[in-house]
Amino acid sequence: MNGPVASLNTAWFALIGVLWTGYLVLEGFDFGVGMLSLAIGRDDIDRRLCRSAIGPVWDGNEVWLIVAAGATFAAFPLWYATMFSGFYLALFVVLAALIVRGVSFEYRGKRDSPRWRAGWDRALAAGSLVPAFAWGLVFVDLVHGLPLSASGRYAGTFTDLFPAVAVVGGLASLAMFLAHGATFLSLKTAGPLAGRARRVAMWLSPPAGALVVGTAFWLAAAGSGSAGRLPGLVPLILAVACGAAFVASGALAAIGRDGVAFGLSALGIVAAVAAIFTALFPRVMASSGPGAALTIFSAASAHETLLIMTIVAAIFVPLVLAYQGWSYWVFRQRLVRPVTQPGPSPAPGSPSPAPASDPRRR
Amino acid sequence: MSVLLSRWQFGVTITYHFLFVPLTIGLALLVAVMQVLAYRKDAAWERLSRFFGTLFLINFAMGIVTGIVQEFQFGMNWSNYSVFVGNIFGAPLAMEGLLAFFLESTFVGLWIFGRNRLPPLVHTLSICIVSLGTMVSAFFILTANSWMQHPVGYRVAGHRALLTDFWAVLGNSTLWAEFAHTVLAAFVTGAFFVLGVSAWQILRGRQPEAFSRAARLAAGFGLVCTFLTIVTGDIQARLMDTQQPMKMAAAEAVYQTRKGASFSLLTIGNLSGQPVFQIRVPHLLSLIATLSWNGQVTGITQAGQAEAARHGGSPASYVPVLWVTYWSFRLMVGLGLLMLVVSAWALWRSRRGSPRAFGVTRRTLWVLAVFTAAPFLANTFGWLFTEMGRQPWIVYGLLKTAQAGSPAVSETDVAVTFGGFVLLYTVLGIIELGLMARAIGRGLGPDEGADLGGPPSGTQEAEQKAAQDLVY
Repeated sequence: MNGPVASLNTAWFALIGVLWTGYLVLEGFDFGVGMLSLAIGRDDIDRRLCRSAIGPVWDGNEVWLIVAAGATFAAFPLWYATMFSGFYLALFVVLAALIVRGVSFEYRGKRDSPRWRAGWDRALAAGSLVPAFAWGLVFVDLVHGLPLSASGRYAGTFTDLFPAVAVVGGLASLAMFLAHGATFLSLKTAGPLAGRARRVAMWLSPPAGALVVGTAFWLAAAGSGSAGRLPGLVPLILAVACGAAFVASGALAAIGRDGVAFGLSALGIVAAVAAIFTALFPRVMASSGPGAALTIFSAASAHETLLIMTIVAAIFVPLVLAYQGWSYWVFRQRLVRPVTQPGPSPAPGSPSPAPASDPRRR
Repeated sequence: MSVLLSRWQFGVTITYHFLFVPLTIGLALLVAVMQVLAYRKDAAWERLSRFFGTLFLINFAMGIVTGIVQEFQFGMNWSNYSVFVGNIFGAPLAMEGLLAFFLESTFVGLWIFGRNRLPPLVHTLSICIVSLGTMVSAFFILTANSWMQHPVGYRVAGHRALLTDFWAVLGNSTLWAEFAHTVLAAFVTGAFFVLGVSAWQILRGRQPEAFSRAARLAAGFGLVCTFLTIVTGDIQARLMDTQQPMKMAAAEAVYQTRKGASFSLLTIGNLSGQPVFQIRVPHLLSLIATLSWNGQVTGITQAGQAEAARHGGSPASYVPVLWVTYWSFRLMVGLGLLMLVVSAWALWRSRRGSPRAFGVTRRTLWVLAVFTAAPFLANTFGWLFTEMGRQPWIVYGLLKTAQAGSPAVSETDVAVTFGGFVLLYTVLGIIELGLMARAIGRGLGPDEGADLGGPPSGTQEAEQKAAQDLVY
């Protein structure tokens, strides 16, 4: 572990942490909503409401993953190479899930058949469940340590990716995303669906927080947190903060403070990712094998690349945040069940059941 | 090592991915043009932009999800490659995400769901920004690819290529030729898609008046872009002749260096010197490669010897698979020329038609419908040629494909994922074609001219309507 802490390497480690945070906070609720649409959506309209809550934004949210992976490739090629080839089969399953989930948004409304739609609803739920579990597993593995060879490459097998603590970490992220999706749904919808989402948030947030705290202490007990340069207490404090945020989020969801509850579950995920990255620092992958851990110095690109990328990121990350934020503002409205009965005059000319061919309705 | 299977997996997945990408680039632009034309309350263009917008979105979804696979595959299957090139190749890849993908995905969401909640101008701008995003994306991914064809602005230190001059990477002559050629070919793809689908709709008697306008737009746009694609391809060929002489020689399967080299239109029999039958055009290869009647074209033998002298090994090990390079090059060029003829013919035959009737015969309409497939084939042959013509190199002159794989990944692993991708992609491909056919079969939606862009007026009623529009 050579090299100064105050360097572009540290900045890029932090930026990649920010990109993963952005991804997991944003697509975290997409995953949660995707799973919940099947669990608490009682009928077709409920499930359509769930999809519509994330429809305009899920694609932009997923780009955070693409940029996080691309930034890792550019700034820390050895990290990217070892991690992606090490998690080979696991990432294949994640990719397959993301593919099925991604096309389900576009394909579901394209045929007017209940079986067709039910199939894509299940595809959305399954395609959300797999990555929701997998990202927790992957990040706990990075901290816990994987068998790395002397040249810094993965030297284990598929089953080495599933130590008990990483499986618990996967369950923690799954629970967090479910709770986060529930607070998002209670904020974005109205009526009975929002009520059910609030109850899910209330019951699921505390165990989600507990799982995160449990994973963190397990990792610390296994000695994984103390090998970094920061005091081992820092990630533990962040994990406890995450747990507290989720407990508070559940309580506030129960009393209908939807906005604050959502803000807190988002903060909880921020704290969880921060706990992972502070536990790692300055490593990027801990090693349980003969090779040394990969660090922000041993895995990094040279100065020229980091400098160029810093300039580009400094200009464009704020710009992206601005227009993505604006798109959330455009779609800030709560979604309500369409008026189906010939009740108090729908707006003249507004067709109630949308023709499936209409691109805006999908 | 699992390099051969990984190559097959990459080849199959990227070929599949690149069926959707050029259509996304081309159709985004054409839908944006249609929506701009519709901006002055033109009901026909409005309905056409919605119709082709639906097809655009069906295609767009597949482009995105198959694109993530490509980004992950560098690290998963090609980790040695990733470590070697990460300093240089990773940067444009990250920039593609940051500058292009965010733009595309955010504004496509705004465009789909914002029709009734954004002012019409902003809504129209959204699809224009999506179109811009697709081109920015092409620029950065081709920055990465052109560096593999012709590395510049780097030094090699300890099994890694390090960046020395980023402006040289962005100013790479190969990049600008490749970018122009690829993006123009994508425009051609969009144009022939709109032209073919419109011809089909006219044949079936579905809203022939509206589709005649789309056909006329697409035929003119397609003709111009096909011509420019051929011009830029020609520029690329001359760059290739100096930068990758082996690839040029392999395109023609010309064994010995010669001046005033001829070009064979087709060969029956083997390519290695004793063909059974050949049709040759004298001097054409020299013209393509050097722009002069008697220009010298390097032969495979000499190019192989030169590479062996520089990098060691046998000259034969530097020869790509000749039947692939020979035929893919011919088929790409041949299809390009055919598309030029077809679009010119369609435009010429329709010159007496009115704006409301395309005015070509049914036979011509059938040809146009069939030619929807032509740009997809030409795109595929072009990439097969340029990527397989670079072999055995993955980065020309710096790293061989055989050394680029992932040591941690076993042959079984790759077999599992390759089988999985083929299965998944086949199923999704069938669904995709079925949905496209259904959407085309429905024809234009109802005339909602009065509804055009009607901005939310701020009343509660309008707000509620806008909220309901969000529901799928």
